[in-house]
Amino acid sequence: MRPFNFITAESPQHALSLVAENKNAKFIAGGTNLLDLMKLEIEAPPLLVDISKTGLDKIEKREDGRIAIGTSVTNSALAADMNIRRGYPVLSRALLAGASGQLRNKATTGGNLLQRTRCPYFYDTAQACNKRLPGSGCSAKGGFSRLLAVIDVSDACIASFPSDMAVALRVLDAEIELCSLTGTRIIPIRDFYHGATTQPHIETVIRRDELITRIILPRPIGGSHFYEKVRDRASYAFALVSAAMVFLPDGSARVALGGVAPKPWRVESAEQLLTTDIDEYVRIAFSGASSTHENQFKIPLAKQILTTLINEHKEAMA
Amino acid sequence: MRSDQPANPSRRDFVKSTSTAGIAAGVSTQFPSTALAKSSLPDVREKAFTQQVTLTINSRKHTLGIDTRTTLLDLLREKLALTGTKKGCDHGQCGACTVLVNGTRINACLSLAVMHDSDEIRTVEGLGTPDNLHALQDGFVEHDSYQCGYCTSGQLCSAIGMLSEARKGMPSHVTPDLIIPVTLNRDEIKERMSGNLCRCGAYQNICNAIEDYAERDRETV
Repeated sequence: MRPFNFITAESPQHALSLVAENKNAKFIAGGTNLLDLMKLEIEAPPLLVDISKTGLDKIEKREDGRIAIGTSVTNSALAADMNIRRGYPVLSRALLAGASGQLRNKATTGGNLLQRTRCPYFYDTAQACNKRLPGSGCSAKGGFSRLLAVIDVSDACIASFPSDMAVALRVLDAEIELCSLTGTRIIPIRDFYHGATTQPHIETVIRRDELITRIILPRPIGGSHFYEKVRDRASYAFALVSAAMVFLPDGSARVALGGVAPKPWRVESAEQLLTTDIDEYVRIAFSGASSTHENQFKIPLAKQILTTLINEHKEAMA
Repeated sequence: MRSDQPANPSRRDFVKSTSTAGIAAGVSTQFPSTALAKSSLPDVREKAFTQQVTLTINSRKHTLGIDTRTTLLDLLREKLALTGTKKGCDHGQCGACTVLVNGTRINACLSLAVMHDSDEIRTVEGLGTPDNLHALQDGFVEHDSYQCGYCTSGQLCSAIGMLSEARKGMPSHVTPDLIIPVTLNRDEIKERMSGNLCRCGAYQNICNAIEDYAERDRETV
């Protein structure tokens, strides 16, 4: 690890001014991904600003029925929160399907949204990776790509986004509150991640001087919630394919998929097909897909997961 | 053996003394100390940042100045010689370094010591002593819940933290219903302990010990 200065911020404003003054400084909350990357010197910030003691660790129910989740709320606290378990079970389920008990106790909501890919070539500094070193190339193509993306990929990068939580947030239409010294903006999670781009090292719309302060959930949408995750071992592994699916009281359904793209993958325009023609839904949702010999199983697997969930839901309703 | 050395040295003392001797021998034959001291190479090391941190570890308060890069795991092992907590992968993948921070289990390798100012840390050394084992440690002996023992301290701390999570009603991936209280059966234990790997594969006996302890724990609550 490279040397760095460490300051515990007293407030979000304090944290923002420290990062504004120090180019290349980074916020830290849980550190479960950032410290891993710093050990490998993939990240080498000269200053870490700890935001875990800035009061952003609360889950608040607002008068209008929405829920505001502080950025440093841990994954385990969020999964266990009764408002989340009752009103947004797909979010609890997605969180509980991720990482291990120890990691969920430390990892935070904002950090989870910003975690980096687990592409092996991103982590191996001896290999080419446009995400780690822009312009160096992509060793993943033709390499080990079992975990990597099949849709929304580019010539520059085929990395997949590893979060389970974000897949559930995408199906719930969550919003992300970004604060800087000049103001606050709210970004729908739909617009937060860039997806396929010629600059895979730039993953989200967040600016260097901005901090995620809260994640806002709309009022509970009701219905039946599912989070199905298929992985190489029964627990404590990243998704090959996951699906956050909600069957709404009006008979419609919505779904976001994980493990298949550089962001949570949701195709709203095809969702009316979920309850009528799953083959056609999959065809549209994955049109333009570009898989490798190692990960081409992901598209039929996604279809299998969706079919299973639809049947499970039908049985439960019968 | 010289008379002032312990008559019955531990494995750790033995490893420490022999490895120090090995380094000393290496230096004297390959790098004469004068050559090292008068090296003309520029010092390319970047300046480290030092900070003071105060933590309570196993009920004992420690205040010390540390390099900001020190993980909680390295603080325990390298600064305080609390070597019961093990370094396995050092990347949060194996759970050997699991400790309890304010009662909550975390991976000590993925946390900076400076992030734990004024925190209460409990390690395996704070669970029991060789003469007075914690009931869960007794259970591990009784059920033969290890082979090499390297993952054991992490398994123990993780299990203590896991049981407290279950008592608080926190659900897991295999909990059938998110609303009704959790029943801590074997499937729950396996899922909740999945962050602790055992390369010897003593999982069955680890689960037996935890299941047995949880049963007794429930009766005493």
